Amino acid sequence: MEATSHMAFIVAAYAAAGAVVGGLTAWVMLDYRVQLGRLADLEKRGFARRSASAASAPPAERAREKS
Amino acid sequence: MAVIDLANPTRFLQFANRAIPWLGGVTVVVFAFAINQAMVAPDDYQQGATVKIMFLHVPGAWLGMLAWGLMTIAALGTLVWRHPLADVTAKAAAPIGAAFTLMCLVTGSLWGRPMWGTYWVWDARLTSELILFLLYLGVIALWRTVEDPSRAARAVAILTLVGAIDLPIIKFSVDWWNTLHQPASVFRLAAPTIDPSILIPLLIMTAAFTLLFATLLLAAMRNEILRRRVRALRLMQASAVS
Amino acid sequence: MSPLAAILFRDLRIAVRVGGGALIGVLFFLVVVTLTPFALGPDIALLQRIGPAILWLAALLASLLALDRLFAADHQDGSLDLILMGRAPLELVVAAKALAHWLTTGLPLIIAAPLIGLLLNLDGRAEAALVLTFLVGTPALTFIGLIGAAIAVTLRRGGLLLAVLVLPLTVPVLIFGVAAANAAMVGPVPFGTPFTILCALTLASLVVGPFAAAAALRQEME
Repeated sequence: MEATSHMAFIVAAYAAAGAVVGGLTAWVMLDYRVQLGRLADLEKRGFARRSASAASAPPAERAREKS
Repeated sequence: MAVIDLANPTRFLQFANRAIPWLGGVTVVVFAFAINQAMVAPDDYQQGATVKIMFLHVPGAWLGMLAWGLMTIAALGTLVWRHPLADVTAKAAAPIGAAFTLMCLVTGSLWGRPMWGTYWVWDARLTSELILFLLYLGVIALWRTVEDPSRAARAVAILTLVGAIDLPIIKFSVDWWNTLHQPASVFRLAAPTIDPSILIPLLIMTAAFTLLFATLLLAAMRNEILRRRVRALRLMQASAVS
Repeated sequence: MSPLAAILFRDLRIAVRVGGGALIGVLFFLVVVTLTPFALGPDIALLQRIGPAILWLAALLASLLALDRLFAADHQDGSLDLILMGRAPLELVVAAKALAHWLTTGLPLIIAAPLIGLLLNLDGRAEAALVLTFLVGTPALTFIGLIGAAIAVTLRRGGLLLAVLVLPLTVPVLIFGVAAANAAMVGPVPFGTPFTILCALTLASLVVGPFAAAAALRQEME
């Protein structure tokens, strides 16, 4: 049985699967942080969703104040 | 809260924020168990330990096809009902499905080299799986080419529906053509032909990968909803500068 | 930041954005290679023998089809006029754009080539030789294509005409690229002979391309 010489292929296959899974997970997690960061940045500049900015000044006025 | 309430993106976000950590935890636990079972599974009398590659290859194939099936249903949601979450589901599922299809191709290739002496052969099942991978890449390319998300969703929906023809071709290719790839041994009308000592670990691994798929899909859908919010706010910002 | 570096990074950023078109070349490359067994039949021995030729043809077509985005977008939104009126030498600006184009089209092809070579059952030596020929040859494809892209810049549907203009100019690159890859696989001819000629072709194109393209742009945009 050449099971031992096949070990390299088995390891490679599991490594490839790990890379795929790891890559996907990393991408999803990173993208989440990036989007949250962008939303926070926009909120700082006064642009929030209508439901969130109900209590604060209208975005257009805020923008004019800041620029 | 009924399931249909999830159709609202905001409610979906609330659901996702609660569900993702929980689902992720379950995924890790099942994976730990699955990998343990895969390691202690007996060697095949013909293939030796190499059969353990099957525990990666089969889930990859299954999830690659499941993802496209999901995209097909989402495509109908986009075209027929203009469902808000359908676009998001389709876009989120594409890279995940592509990745699992790639995993299937690569592990299959690494399995084929020691077993049948070649990394690749142009038989019906391998070719149709490669075509599925190309279709995924085409869909992803289309998502990235059209700027407006709604228009992109409609174009992608049509491509997805047309590409769905590949799924039955993959499934039945080993029956319709003479191939090097082995014929169906799990999803058959008669009982499965794999010995339970290998079938059980395979099913557990498949379950683990499917849970992983669900977790990643929810997370990607959440990201996509957030991305659309960013885009809407940026458009607002661009028109507010006066 | 120097204007050339600015142009380089701008083109790189645009290429990877939505609608930018980077990596589409690799997808096309993969599709063409996948099509060949459907046309030729799945005979592995045959595919292995003509593998380098198929891969080179596919890479050539992929590079050609991507040439459109060198100047077309800039011409449409007026950036090309601004570039022409700028102080940086047009030849260098055009070379910077070509470099950005190669980084986003040619380099992915080079990285993808070994993996796709597996589909055609190329062995280790053939793959190594192929990657080397791609590494040296794809810049030539980009810089020669630059000329056609500049000539066709004012045409609205110039894509196919552009390919027709550029193809004859790229034939030497194709000949020596395939010859070098095949030499490593079979031939009595040592790999070095066609390979050094390929290097010479590329070096020449790095010079001739930008000058010819700049001249063409000045002509076209008057």
